[in-house]
Amino acid sequence: MAKRIREHRATPPRREQRLLASTGRGRRNHALGAAQAWLGNHSSAAVETFNRLIRAPLGSLMTIATVAIALALPTAMFVMLNNLERLGGGWQHNAGLSLFLQPAIDEARAGTLAETLRARPGIARVDLISREQGLAEFREYSGLGGVLDQLTRNPLPVVLAVYPTYRMPPKPPPASRTRSLTSSLEQLAEVDFVRLDTQWNARLRAIVALLTNAALLLATVLALAVFFVVGNTIRLEIENRRTEIRIMDLVGATSAFIRRPYLYSGAWYGLLGGISAWLMVSTSIHLLQAPVTRLAKLYHTEFQLDGLGPIPTLILLGASMVLGILGSWLAVGRHLAAVKPG
Amino acid sequence: MIVFEHVTKRYAERGDALKDISFALEPGEMAFLTGHSGAGKSTLLGLIGLLERPTRGRVKVNGRDLGELPRRRIPAHRREIGMIFQDHCLIGERSVFDNVALPLVAAGMHRRDIGKRVRAALDQVGLLRFERALPLSLSSGEQQRVGIARAVVGRPQVILADEPTGNLDPELSMETFQLFERFHQVGVSLLIATHDMDMVTSMGHRMLRLHQGRLVADSGNW
Repeated sequence: MAKRIREHRATPPRREQRLLASTGRGRRNHALGAAQAWLGNHSSAAVETFNRLIRAPLGSLMTIATVAIALALPTAMFVMLNNLERLGGGWQHNAGLSLFLQPAIDEARAGTLAETLRARPGIARVDLISREQGLAEFREYSGLGGVLDQLTRNPLPVVLAVYPTYRMPPKPPPASRTRSLTSSLEQLAEVDFVRLDTQWNARLRAIVALLTNAALLLATVLALAVFFVVGNTIRLEIENRRTEIRIMDLVGATSAFIRRPYLYSGAWYGLLGGISAWLMVSTSIHLLQAPVTRLAKLYHTEFQLDGLGPIPTLILLGASMVLGILGSWLAVGRHLAAVKPG
Repeated sequence: MIVFEHVTKRYAERGDALKDISFALEPGEMAFLTGHSGAGKSTLLGLIGLLERPTRGRVKVNGRDLGELPRRRIPAHRREIGMIFQDHCLIGERSVFDNVALPLVAAGMHRRDIGKRVRAALDQVGLLRFERALPLSLSSGEQQRVGIARAVVGRPQVILADEPTGNLDPELSMETFQLFERFHQVGVSLLIATHDMDMVTSMGHRMLRLHQGRLVADSGNW
């Protein structure tokens, strides 16, 4: 130590001259250099905050898991509703109107009526269901075969199954169009009554709409939860780094410079939480795929669950990152001023 | 360079910390601020560094009235003056290099220039070989020199030091004052708060003496 002191005292002031001579000068204000420095600051803040998360794995994981669960719940609900809508759309495509003809109408007249209806705009297909076909179907699906055997004559009328025109890709016709088609068919002299097979579908769509609203509400509440979870984590981080913030302020760091790493922390929490939520939902869909396919087969239909497409995935990740940044912005705004001196 | 005009600083809890202080520190001048604990030395330095605002009076640095300085200009003002603290104020989990580089990084300087400047400053205080070390692995004297390197790395025109040798033994105190002396020789203004009267007397520079918030002695001219 003594040797070092002697060395110091022997040092001529030339070195200080070099160090301090250009005081107030030599500041490089080239736009390119400033932009490079700005980018360098941001990239090092991003890397440094990511490393900080890795250095405290347990705490980071807990926050990320909380964010992930909060994001996964509404995401899963939206995926489920999307699949339900798709399922309803498929059934809607097979749904139509059943025209129960007057008992006096025989199959020949019913065939003529079917031909007339096929030529009408707004009708895609007309199937004739004879009395015998109707009775056979009723026997098969009602389970009342024994009772039907005791009947002396077939009481069922001829039925025309009318399917309205759909646009491609399959999309149900507007309710008003279906209603007007129904009332016009009811006017026909040959028709006893009309049964609208799409009513249950309209109910399903109303339920889906209700669930969509509920999902939006849930998403809003859970987005707020993400916002506050990230905000609280950042608040604790600020508390733990009080000294560092105070020192940065003392040596002339701007508020933006001090705030930057905390905003990046928030962005990382949000992004990693979003990725985890995506993984949770995708894994759940993968696990449910086989049982859903089996269930669909029991109903003589083919159905595969749709996962999150690329655009919804990007929306999920973007939204989670923005929520993280906003949460940390709130915390930084509220707590930084209290930590900084003066 | 630094001008105090009838400056008073009053705290709601403990009354006047400074009372009607007036003095001027010329460019390139080195002065000591002395007085007992609680005399107002740190408050006076805090007013120059804008850690505090005066209750009355005006403080000017480089002709600029600090009372009229907008908040957004405060960081730039602090980077123009080098501040040295008794407790070193180093960030424990950052290396010596990163601690010294902090004012330059905050100023948005390019990484390449930062490297040159930081190494020059560390060389200056004899700690170049410790650039990768963490401050807590250094002795108190070495930590203080890291603080000094950080204060000069931005090439300030003014250096403020608040009890820079308060935690150092006499030998390290002498070494620190020798460093200040060398900065003074190249035209930097220094205002050093200390109660080490022996050191102040032996160095023969201007002395401003505070007592209970009042400037009771000034060996220089105003």
